[in-house]
Amino acid sequence: MDAMAILSIFVLSVFVGFEVVSKVSSTLHTPLMSGANAIHGVILVGAIIVADHSETNLELGLSLAAIVLATINMVGGFVVTDRMLEMFKGQKK
Amino acid sequence: MYDLIGLAAGIAFILALKGLSHPKTARRGNLIGAFGAGLATLVVFFYASPSVYGKAESSLPLNNLGWILGAIAVGLIIGVPAARKVEMTQMPQLVALFNGVGGGAAALVAIVEYLNLGSEATTAQVVFTVFTVIVGCVSFSGSIITFMKLQELMTTRPVVFPAGRFVIAATLASVIGVGGWVVSALGTTPLLILAALSLLFGVLFVLPVGGADVPIVISLLNAFTGLTVAASGYVLDSVLLIIAGTLVGASGTILTRLMADAMGRSLFGTLFGAFTAKPQDSSGVAEDRPVRSGSADDVAILLNYARRVVIVPGFGLAVAQAQHTVRELADLMISKGIDVAYGIHPVAGRMPGHMNVLLAEANVPYDQLVEMDEVNPTFGQTDVAIVIGANDVVNPAAKTTPGCPIYGMPILEVNNAANIIFLKRSMRPGFAGIENELLYDPKTMLLFGDAKSSLTKVVSALKAL
Repeated sequence: MDAMAILSIFVLSVFVGFEVVSKVSSTLHTPLMSGANAIHGVILVGAIIVADHSETNLELGLSLAAIVLATINMVGGFVVTDRMLEMFKGQKK
Repeated sequence: MYDLIGLAAGIAFILALKGLSHPKTARRGNLIGAFGAGLATLVVFFYASPSVYGKAESSLPLNNLGWILGAIAVGLIIGVPAARKVEMTQMPQLVALFNGVGGGAAALVAIVEYLNLGSEATTAQVVFTVFTVIVGCVSFSGSIITFMKLQELMTTRPVVFPAGRFVIAATLASVIGVGGWVVSALGTTPLLILAALSLLFGVLFVLPVGGADVPIVISLLNAFTGLTVAASGYVLDSVLLIIAGTLVGASGTILTRLMADAMGRSLFGTLFGAFTAKPQDSSGVAEDRPVRSGSADDVAILLNYARRVVIVPGFGLAVAQAQHTVRELADLMISKGIDVAYGIHPVAGRMPGHMNVLLAEANVPYDQLVEMDEVNPTFGQTDVAIVIGANDVVNPAAKTTPGCPIYGMPILEVNNAANIIFLKRSMRPGFAGIENELLYDPKTMLLFGDAKSSLTKVVSALKAL
């Protein structure tokens, strides 16, 4: 991909990221942080790609460790966020 | 097609963040995010990885498929039960830990990329890879320290050492220096030195941060991890990782600022405050001053004749698992015609919004939870303020003592109420480690003991009246 396209994606994503969370009540700060935290667990995709390309045992070992950590980050993150938000259900009618 | 699905996942993440910003849509937002992440992961297995860092496009099925699936299974076995079983009171440190492992994963991915970078790699790719190693390591070790602080495995007070600033500055300078060396030399040994220095920097960076400010740091490290994911996306030529990482980086930065504002802190003050603050002399003098302690009956009588009561819950309430008992007390007072509200400090508990989660768990009606700005003007008309396991968020030192670690943090002004009741386990200072003058105030009554058993006694005493 050429540099300009990547730069465009990056800059637009920055603005979207700023925009979507700019007006959020402090009540939701923790779940929002936790949810964002889970989203960066998609580094799992990157970990799988490098594992796929690994040729030496060292590379494979490091990649697999990355997969374990990324899975914990992603899945654990979404589960714990859901548990937090479950507490709010049925409220604020 | 592969990139199209990546784009769909990216959109899912935007909708997830958007949803998470509103109470009504928050849960759905989280599920959309989980769906996007699941989709993105699944797709990798059905499309050959593109050619990255000079390696040829791989073919299906993926190499090392069994290992990959096995590693994911291990991650699931560790991650899911941890997230399911954690007590809501300990949730902040779990979030910190999850963030740390995410940063660690990004750093490991970058190290593997680095080992593979051939002579064809562009300078930009090398720079981004090295950036990811540095920031991923900082995020990892920094998060581990925040975890240890929140879990109280180490002191929650700012850790300051002689010439701390210079040590930190020197470490940062050497990280950058070695980073440059790694970029130009492409050697494994320099890389390991770089990783070690970055880990050290993460530790040094978080140590001086006081307990009450830890959530801000977690949020900042969260944004850092997002950026590493975006940088990995550049090296691995994955639009999805760029979008997801940048979104988290940007929203995390804003969120960090919002949190800092809610706590009346500047980000700079949070990170470097411990080095500029004057040493406080809070120790010693205050210990043997007299305090007025009362019994559950005294408290019940005071409440019985009150017209308006504000309950100020703090982390101690959550530790004692007294959410349900406090609701029982509130319901009892309401049935006696007393006006009851909960005054919720934005950072009550250990993180912004943490207390709302804990009280919601006990089915406290949402409309009884009053935010700080609304409840503060009403303390003048409040007969009794009951402070349960809270300390720093009502400490007037935040207004009166420049240089103390919480100076400038907005507080719940319970000192304006006619009577103050503190339910405390001991005279131990709060999470920020500062003495609270309010405890010695003549209109303050202390009820010592575990919050839950104290409240149970108050409830039965109040019933008997």
